[in-house]
Amino acid sequence: MTIALGFLALILATLLGWLLKQSFNTQPWVAEVVGETAHHGPLGTNSRLIALLTLLAVVSSFFALILSAYALRMELGDWVPLTEPQLLWINTVMLILASIVFQWTRNAAVKERQARLAPGLLLTGLLTTAFVIGQLVAWQQLQSSGQFITSNPANAFFYFLTGAHAVHIIGGMYVWARATAKVVLGTGDAPSIARSIELCTIYWHFLLLVWLVLFGLLLST
Amino acid sequence: MAYVAIADRDHEIEHHDPQTFITKYIWSQDHKVIAVQYGLTAIFVGLIALGLSALMRLQLGFPDQFSYINPENYYQFITMHGMIMVIYLLTALFLGGFGNYLIPLMCGSRDMVFPYLNMLSYWVYLLSVIILVTSFFVPGGSTGAGWTLYPPQAIMAGTPGVDWGIVLMLLSLAVFIVAFTMGGLNYVTTVLQARCRGMTLMRMPLSVWGIFIATVLGLLAFPALLVSAIMMLLDKALHTSFFMPAISLMGADPGYTGGSPILFQHLFWFFGHPEVYIVALPAFGIVSDLLSTHARKNIFGYRMMVWAIVAIGGLSFIVWAHHMYVSGMNPYFGFFFATTTLIIAVPTAIKVYNWVLTLWEGNIHLRVPMLFAIGFIFTFIHGGLTGLFLGNVTIDLPLSDTYFVVAHFHMVMGVSPILVVFGAIYHWWPKITGRMYNETLGRWHFWMTFIGTYSIYLPMHYLGFQGVPRRYFAMGNTEFMPESAQDLNAWITVSALFVAATQVLFFINMIWSLSKGPKSDPNPWHATTLEWQTPDHPPKHGNWGHELPVVHRWAYDYSVPGYDDDYIPQNVSADDAPAGRDHGGAH
Amino acid sequence: MPFAVVLILLVVGSVAFHVYSQNYEWWFTDLASNWGMVDFTVDITLYVTGFVFVAVNLFMAYCVIRFRYKKGARASYEPENKKLESWLTGLTAVGVAAMLTPGLFVWADFVDVPDDAHVVEAVGQQWHWTFRLPGDDGKLGEVDAERISSENPFGMDPEDPNGQDDVLIYDGEIHIPIDRPVKFVLRSKDVLHDFAVAQFRVKMDLVPGMNTFLWLTPTKTGRFEILCEELCGIAHYTMRGAVIVAERDDYDTWLANQSTYHDLNTAPAGNPAIGAAQYAVCAACHGQQGEGIAALNAPKIAGQSAWYLKRQLMNYKRGLRGTHEGDVYGAQMIGMAATLADEQAVDNVVAHILTFPDNAVASTIEGDIARGQKYYNVCAYCHGADGMGIQAMNAPRAAGMSDWYMARQLQNFKDEVRGGHLQDYQGKQMGFMADNLHDDQAVRDVVAYINTL
Repeated sequence: MTIALGFLALILATLLGWLLKQSFNTQPWVAEVVGETAHHGPLGTNSRLIALLTLLAVVSSFFALILSAYALRMELGDWVPLTEPQLLWINTVMLILASIVFQWTRNAAVKERQARLAPGLLLTGLLTTAFVIGQLVAWQQLQSSGQFITSNPANAFFYFLTGAHAVHIIGGMYVWARATAKVVLGTGDAPSIARSIELCTIYWHFLLLVWLVLFGLLLST
Repeated sequence: MAYVAIADRDHEIEHHDPQTFITKYIWSQDHKVIAVQYGLTAIFVGLIALGLSALMRLQLGFPDQFSYINPENYYQFITMHGMIMVIYLLTALFLGGFGNYLIPLMCGSRDMVFPYLNMLSYWVYLLSVIILVTSFFVPGGSTGAGWTLYPPQAIMAGTPGVDWGIVLMLLSLAVFIVAFTMGGLNYVTTVLQARCRGMTLMRMPLSVWGIFIATVLGLLAFPALLVSAIMMLLDKALHTSFFMPAISLMGADPGYTGGSPILFQHLFWFFGHPEVYIVALPAFGIVSDLLSTHARKNIFGYRMMVWAIVAIGGLSFIVWAHHMYVSGMNPYFGFFFATTTLIIAVPTAIKVYNWVLTLWEGNIHLRVPMLFAIGFIFTFIHGGLTGLFLGNVTIDLPLSDTYFVVAHFHMVMGVSPILVVFGAIYHWWPKITGRMYNETLGRWHFWMTFIGTYSIYLPMHYLGFQGVPRRYFAMGNTEFMPESAQDLNAWITVSALFVAATQVLFFINMIWSLSKGPKSDPNPWHATTLEWQTPDHPPKHGNWGHELPVVHRWAYDYSVPGYDDDYIPQNVSADDAPAGRDHGGAH
Repeated sequence: MPFAVVLILLVVGSVAFHVYSQNYEWWFTDLASNWGMVDFTVDITLYVTGFVFVAVNLFMAYCVIRFRYKKGARASYEPENKKLESWLTGLTAVGVAAMLTPGLFVWADFVDVPDDAHVVEAVGQQWHWTFRLPGDDGKLGEVDAERISSENPFGMDPEDPNGQDDVLIYDGEIHIPIDRPVKFVLRSKDVLHDFAVAQFRVKMDLVPGMNTFLWLTPTKTGRFEILCEELCGIAHYTMRGAVIVAERDDYDTWLANQSTYHDLNTAPAGNPAIGAAQYAVCAACHGQQGEGIAALNAPKIAGQSAWYLKRQLMNYKRGLRGTHEGDVYGAQMIGMAATLADEQAVDNVVAHILTFPDNAVASTIEGDIARGQKYYNVCAYCHGADGMGIQAMNAPRAAGMSDWYMARQLQNFKDEVRGGHLQDYQGKQMGFMADNLHDDQAVRDVVAYINTL
């Protein structure tokens, strides 16, 4: 459980540090004039960003716990390391490219270069879909070589981890699809689309990071 | 950064305008309506769980007298009772119910930041409840694995509901977690982003603090339950061996190899222990506000109270294995977890001291909510102290898996939070409905519940000392148990049935009040917090009319020296306060 | 005011309840092991927490009286008091340390098994206890869950020389010598269980896939009941066993009478030819082909499993069955079983019974089959959905056997006419289950349903 604990310690320390900063030297019982007690959120005024970051903390907790379980289960006798399909390297490249293109699209959105949005979003979608399909193909390759989910705990974790990751990608693609539809159909106002793209980009980078951690772990064990 | 009060920017919050009955009360995005929906649903399933507990108490008190109770459905009763009470009643009621109602009102915002997501959260929660209730009616019935759902037993023959019950239970939990996450994102974001001008973190009422930290705990801890639920579903459906070792069951080999049941326990309690505080922290917060308001005195040591909530929340993540001292895990963990567990007693004790010290030199109105609040302190002291027995690894040896454990966690997690729930409902009832309840009925309800529950659980500890194991359908002729143990069990059953029956008083009172109760004053308790200062009573959609409130002071300006009134609402500026000289009055 | 009085009464009442609970034995059983330090730790915690309980609640009651609402009164204003809060925090920390420290020392003892402890393996399964001793070589043989079968319930490795002299005990009852440290190695065949003896104070879960342990030194002779204290399925509450703490000599005598794995493997199989001669006595009542004769109160035995017949005959011989004054027909069987000189004779006659054809018997009992089926749901966990019995569960065949006999036995189990003997663990278990049939009609219903299987 050390992985999960380490992760939690990080989150809680951030939270605690921030709370203490707010609370340590205040004397809450002293009534003050409004101007001096003006508050603002920890990251400015973007509530959606806060919600997204909170969600990412939840998702991180989810994956950190699976990894903890992975580490604990690995120590038991019957673990046979899995040889990951080479295809995963290509999938990884796809996901990295998707992140890069998304970032490029986001920059374009911020700079209000509307013409770049549609191609950028579509290319991102293409690359991400390629990643998901690539993962499915990797599953099939494993299956056809007799590496089933029940064959070994390492296999079970492989399917579970990649599956859970793919589900999160697909969830993100729902938001991506809404933004893309607005861009392509020309509905929706530019600032709100830009906000969606910004948040989506963060989510994509995050899932890339999760994937790199997972992939690194799968390769090294 | 230039100051912008987030809640001022109304365009950030998508408001729908409710027109019809359906958009007003069914598909409503108003946090107050959603709160009531959450609350009613939670109370409804809670009543089912209460009924189940009555059935199991009948068997325990008067074994083999009731032909409709057999070991199979008895274990289903205890499982569903536990799971419903902990997750579907208490978690949903405190966070989905009180969290939804109080956060926006107490923080001075118009609604949750994402009202649509908030509505969705309720409907997904309802779906999880429906799945859960469905499991009573599938072939084989609901699962009887105990609320901890320990594998291998939870998914193996020998346990009731192994075909459908357990699958639906795990599915329902997964759906619940999705619902909770939707709600939780809202609560966190609203507290962080949508407080009104002047509402600094350290001016927030403790109710909001408790709910906020509990939500953070929930968001980080529920994934552990999700992970274990998914892995167990895979073990069950696809025959993986995450948790399932090689076993020989009923003379057959089910075909698993090498998994670890202890791994499940680690994941489960990694969620399960914070879950205790997910329920307790909102109760701590709410009770602080009730005490302060009705004692007409500021909560003693506010900053310490906030830090204690945060410290308890943080520590709750490193004590989980105290549920596993005798589970067969590496026994050396016992040293670490016993120490962390007993350390958590310190901030908890501080909270108790501060509650009691709030009463000191107060001007205590013993109205119904206050009775429940003080009753809570009494039962919580009792439950907290017995926790020091079980948290101590050595004492856990004789006491774990006995009635002492049952008595302890019902005292801290059953009776105490429920007393707060009732206190809170009585306290905010006038705000929610605009009407008063009957004070006399409320008092009767309190006395019977308070004394009745104590009469259930005090003796139960002694059954535990005696060595009576929990989760036994019948004791039979156990050689070391005296006959008198059965007498005590019968007494407990009588008390339990009595308490269950007296809850009728509560429902009569509330239903009567809805139609016939006298109209209440907008601020009947003369409370300082913002929810009592709404322009409409009860508050309308959007809460604040045209203009958001501006906060000038903390939530506990009761009996401030130099002022005529014994309370100054949070939104009263120093200049406007009656006899407003020497503003603040702090020393 | 009444509220404060009630608070005070509750505090006083709680203390009084605690004091009087000892008179009613609502308190720890008498200690029978070396773990007096556990009780000591409990006492310290009890005094510290008891003091806090009384002090804080009385203070609260005082506040409620002294500072109750008075018209015109005004509460004091004091946001916080750092000094007081620090003092309280410090005192609490001291109290907590006082409770924790002895606990940690005792736990250090518990995790450190003395070198001279002798080993006993307790094996749990749904819903029985069995035991294994390492034998003369002091080493337990290798076991493996995948080798477990009806013939090899312990999952012993037949090739392992260390296992040959292991003593296997199927009784649900283990003897240990007094005043000698014993390490219980705990193993589960199927699900989680927990080995708990109230008088010893210590307990530990059994976890399939790994071994766990606990240790103790028994300090009192006598019989101490083992309870499973980790939910292990619907018959969890019937999973009982016993530890018999004996003087050294008695223990040695007992040990000498136990069979090793090697003994059990090399015991000759029952000989049906020899058994045929012995069966002549039985035939008078049970019929030439074991078909049973209701008029003589003798049930059908043809088609019943060998292990069950043997166990019942042995139970009659050992006085575990038929000794209750209400068991008239069982008493008859004691005399008959006595004609079988030893275990070998029992094996022979059982081997002969196995040669009989399994003919259908006529139903004699009618009842509500649909209701009976509901009752049978619980029975099916052990006896199987088809009623053919499961040896691993120690549950005999019920389907196709004499229904009047089953009805009578169910009644006997309910009345503890059968299964009341302390050492009849399976019988006791069936007694628990029969208690779920609340009246004669229920018995008839379930038997009627079994007739349809």
